[in-house]
Amino acid sequence: MSAATVPVGYGRRTFQRLEHWFDRPLGADLNPLRHLGSLGFLFFWLIAASGIYLYAVLDTSATGAYPSIDQLSREQWYLGGVLRSLHRYACDGFVLVMLAHLLREWMFGRYGGFRRYSWLTGVPLLPLVFACAIGGFWLNWDALGQFSAQATAEWLDGLPIFASPLTRNFLSAATVSDRLFSLFVFIHLGLPLLLLFALWFHIQRISLAEVFPPRALAWGAVATLLLLSLLKPVLSQAPADLALAPTQLALDWIVLFVHPLMYLTSAGFVWGLVAAVLLLLTLLPWLSRTARAPVAVVAPDYCNGCRRCLADCPYAAITMAPHPMRHQAGREIAVVNADLCAACGICVGSCPSSTPFRSIAELTTGIDLPQSPISELRRQLHSGLAALQTQHKLVVFGCDHGADVQALRGPDVLAFSMVCTGVLPPSFVEYALRDGATGVLVTGCRAGSCEFRLGQLWTAERLQGLREPHLRASVPRQCVATSWADRGEEVLLAQALDTLRQQVARPDEPAPQR
Amino acid sequence: MDTDKTTLNPGRLLAQALFFGLFGLVIGVFSHWPVYQVLAPGRAVVKVSFTHHGKPVSECRQVSVAELAKLPPNMRAPVQCPRERSPVRVEVDVDGQTVYQHVARPSGLSKDGASSVYQRLELAAGPHEIAVRMNDDARQTGYTHTRTGSVALRPAQILVIDFDPEAGGVTFK
Repeated sequence: MSAATVPVGYGRRTFQRLEHWFDRPLGADLNPLRHLGSLGFLFFWLIAASGIYLYAVLDTSATGAYPSIDQLSREQWYLGGVLRSLHRYACDGFVLVMLAHLLREWMFGRYGGFRRYSWLTGVPLLPLVFACAIGGFWLNWDALGQFSAQATAEWLDGLPIFASPLTRNFLSAATVSDRLFSLFVFIHLGLPLLLLFALWFHIQRISLAEVFPPRALAWGAVATLLLLSLLKPVLSQAPADLALAPTQLALDWIVLFVHPLMYLTSAGFVWGLVAAVLLLLTLLPWLSRTARAPVAVVAPDYCNGCRRCLADCPYAAITMAPHPMRHQAGREIAVVNADLCAACGICVGSCPSSTPFRSIAELTTGIDLPQSPISELRRQLHSGLAALQTQHKLVVFGCDHGADVQALRGPDVLAFSMVCTGVLPPSFVEYALRDGATGVLVTGCRAGSCEFRLGQLWTAERLQGLREPHLRASVPRQCVATSWADRGEEVLLAQALDTLRQQVARPDEPAPQR
Repeated sequence: MDTDKTTLNPGRLLAQALFFGLFGLVIGVFSHWPVYQVLAPGRAVVKVSFTHHGKPVSECRQVSVAELAKLPPNMRAPVQCPRERSPVRVEVDVDGQTVYQHVARPSGLSKDGASSVYQRLELAAGPHEIAVRMNDDARQTGYTHTRTGSVALRPAQILVIDFDPEAGGVTFK
């Protein structure tokens, strides 16, 4: 149906290969690599919950901070000590999944067009997360906190913006006052609040954003960090002593790697590196501009305001407004926000007017993609089936981003590749079967891999009758198969098609269960 | 037909446990290891740091009666002093070798703020002869403040070289 499948870059191929490698033992929808963002949110909640307890017991004076935290680890190891370790390890986990999430979205090319907002609001999260995390080490005023605070001050002094060097705050014990500790507390409490606000911005243009991972992953992550907290509890190092320089430190390299990097190079180098990385990430959406596809268009005559497109749109691009037509008075109409629309066509698949069984010559639906109208799919399906001269005719509906369906074309196979499998109204499956097809294979990206987030899930649920519009129960299930496979996994599609071919040749046997 | 939903069988649970075990191992290891050598054994640190206003760059000037008459009544100060401060030049010698030289410019758009210096130096622990020379007055050649002293640095000791006019100028702490 669409002109061509979308080319896949080297980075994406590599990352996908890694995901597929983990898919086999873990399961595609429980592969943590597909839930990096929601795992990040989980770690954030863990940090917040454990941090509230730690703040309650922390003595926020310069002389009281160290003993209050140290005692917590030694005298209340079973609660306070575990929560302290959990706080630290969840922070490490947050940084790791955040960086992996950034890398994944980058490799998948998900930074331009309608994704620009989410990408750009994600860039400031990087320095914000590190600022939150590094500030936490200062509160526990041990040798590591002393080193980190001094190194941060030296780094900030690398920019000539302070009238007096910040490092002068750490020249002697007399200069480290309770007021300075109040500032530390303010930084470590204020910045995470700002981070929460920034995270909210980050997911603003995503509907049904996954802010909590699947339960199995959540339990796995929490259990891992708890076990780690018990096996390797975080303990304070020697108390800070500004008359002595720390010599050896058990450093948290995941968060504090910037300090050794600065001493290895210079403050100017680290400033330059940070500025270059942030600038590159900020400019990335403009560095590889691709032509934007025309967005979905609503046909007022055929939109009855059922709200299914509103519920299914993965990018919150649809809102409802009073219907402008007199005969639809009192009803609503879908309105597409062109800035937010991904042109994925999932709304087309959700529209009840997209059913091909309507008798009108030119199928017009309530919401459609101008570049690949649903009427064209019906026309091509009808003419294609008529052209197949075999006894058993198979139809494959696939997507441009998943496994390539074009290679499946053959004397008995008609294949359609859509922008997203979510474009397919389930009634097209029944239509194909009534129009001469003996079997229909619906394919798309693996669970969690959908280019447009929810297309695979919605399609699967529609075909199973779990979501409207659903595939009617009267459709013989042994004639319908699904196979979720990413690009490069065409062999899986071929296997699924062979299975379907054998199945429809023996229609009395029950459909094979996967 | 399926949704590609994973059912958790013992094999999957084991795989998930292994994955998260690996994730935990990465965190557990790299949040503590390898140990970072901040300062080599037998070394000490000298921090040269001060915030000090240099002297005005030129002398104050007596304003003539004619000039005063041209000014509004509320601005008729008989003596006018320049706002701009002298840059502060500092040199540090250790055991006869100059290890640090710096000219700290006054801060502020009008160059009327303090000059700040921060420099971290690493020395071998043990006895050292340290000499500090400063010039904070552009009208004078040579040095306006000097301090020479013998220090015995312990390993990892931090010696702060500061400037405190109330304590007599350059201080070793």
